[in-house]
Amino acid sequence: MKAGTNLEKVLEAGNFAVTAEVGPPKGASANAVQKKCEVVKSCSDAINVTDNQTAVVRMSSTAGAVLLKQMGADPVMQMTCRDRNRIAIQSDILGAVALGIGNILAISGDHHILGNHPGAKGVFDIDSMQLIQTMKMLRDDNQFICGDKVAGDVPIFIGAVESAFSDPVEFRVTRLAKKVNAGADFIQTQGVFDVEQFAKWMKGVTDRGLDEQTHILAGIIPMKSAGMARYMRDYVSGVYVPDELVKRMENADDAKEEGLKIMLEIIDQLEDVDGVHGIHIMAVGWEDIVPVIVEKAGLLPRPIV
Amino acid sequence: MIVGERKPFDEITGMLNGYKKVLILGCGTCVSVCMAGGAKEVAVLASQLRMDSGIQEKGVEIGEETIQRQCDREYIEPIVEMAKTYDVVLSMACGAGVQLLSDMLVPTPVLPALNTSFIGICEEEGVWAERCRGCGDCMLGITGGICPVARCAKTLFNGPCGGSVNGICEVSKDTPCAWQLVYDRLKALGKLESLEEIQPIRDWGPSSSGIPRGVYREDMAGVAVESEGSSK
Repeated sequence: MKAGTNLEKVLEAGNFAVTAEVGPPKGASANAVQKKCEVVKSCSDAINVTDNQTAVVRMSSTAGAVLLKQMGADPVMQMTCRDRNRIAIQSDILGAVALGIGNILAISGDHHILGNHPGAKGVFDIDSMQLIQTMKMLRDDNQFICGDKVAGDVPIFIGAVESAFSDPVEFRVTRLAKKVNAGADFIQTQGVFDVEQFAKWMKGVTDRGLDEQTHILAGIIPMKSAGMARYMRDYVSGVYVPDELVKRMENADDAKEEGLKIMLEIIDQLEDVDGVHGIHIMAVGWEDIVPVIVEKAGLLPRPIV
Repeated sequence: MIVGERKPFDEITGMLNGYKKVLILGCGTCVSVCMAGGAKEVAVLASQLRMDSGIQEKGVEIGEETIQRQCDREYIEPIVEMAKTYDVVLSMACGAGVQLLSDMLVPTPVLPALNTSFIGICEEEGVWAERCRGCGDCMLGITGGICPVARCAKTLFNGPCGGSVNGICEVSKDTPCAWQLVYDRLKALGKLESLEEIQPIRDWGPSSSGIPRGVYREDMAGVAVESEGSSK
């Protein structure tokens, strides 16, 4: 075991994992985090806490993750390369592990120009690939980036992300391979709406044997309305929503119901895709739907490991 | 070249408040090529200032001059005495020129008329684009001649993030994804395999994140005039 987190145990035991996501509030209310955690806790194996997602300032992911941990959940602390240099990154990792956080997920981070402080100075001292390497170095070599020794163990189950539909599409399997080589123990993908295309990417992944070296969790983004489907199709990078699904949402009498139906169809198909070890449900702002999806997908109860 | 852009006219007149005799000094190299601070732009700014009612009311005298390079002592020296007869010098050079000129004209103040934008190229008439951050550790040899430090919004070293769609970066529809360009170029060069390697964490010491930089050439420094920026 790398860190012995619930997520790691669930995946290592060969279960089809379910992770959810909680976005911290634009404020200091612990209760806001706790309420969301309460909704998704019993229907997931671990819960991501986003790190100032879309570059909008919120409560820190470390604080959010600690609040989740206090409630008995297994947090996945997201960490971007946007806001910290290598000194702060390594320091924050040590602090997070000291507070009982075992899963840390490396991402580049949405560019600050898209957020609510566009005049900020972006850091990007190291990139997400190098952040994965850094965590592996801290854990396996007991070493900081500079080569100095770390005092004691730094158990981390290292997470990373990949986007099968971003460009250049031909490079996306290679990029995943680099992340696996860098030390990613699990991968959460961007939202999947076209399972056929996703399966093609996964074929490239399994052909290289990457699914045996890391656990891949396919991203699920529940759709609430036809407007949301159109928005994701037209404006969200790396998300490919086929027109056919947008039409289904537009023609539905009850869009929420149709969205749920679509998600369940996608999950059902994903369970049959070779190399997929679980799903990651991103329902930020619509946490109530998570238990419904997990239950209707037949993924309850969650394993006790 | 170093690309610059003239400051807004109101900002310039604001800076000149209180001065009676102003020398506008152009620079004949980079900012002249990018049409921001050469002899022509000096003439345009001088005319604009002379026509400005505020400047006219105060009876401000405007002088014009352009030298070959403001980042070079050799070209500044001949105009030092003349420049000191003015109350203020409005430099149309890049930040390097403004600073050397300031050093050499004390006690005459020097003000910047330009904002220094970047090291870049002219893509087409009226369009300039950044190409180099002067990071001090050039990696163009492994990225097919396309710089991820200057051209990737997140300075990524290991390929594109998830925000690359149809060759465009997530930050703006006018910004090409540098890593898409790298990918296409390396493909054309038959060198895609170099993208399989993980680029290690880099030492930003030689870059602008570090202390003020200088270049010291042992073979030349004995005869050259040592500048304040020299590293030794």
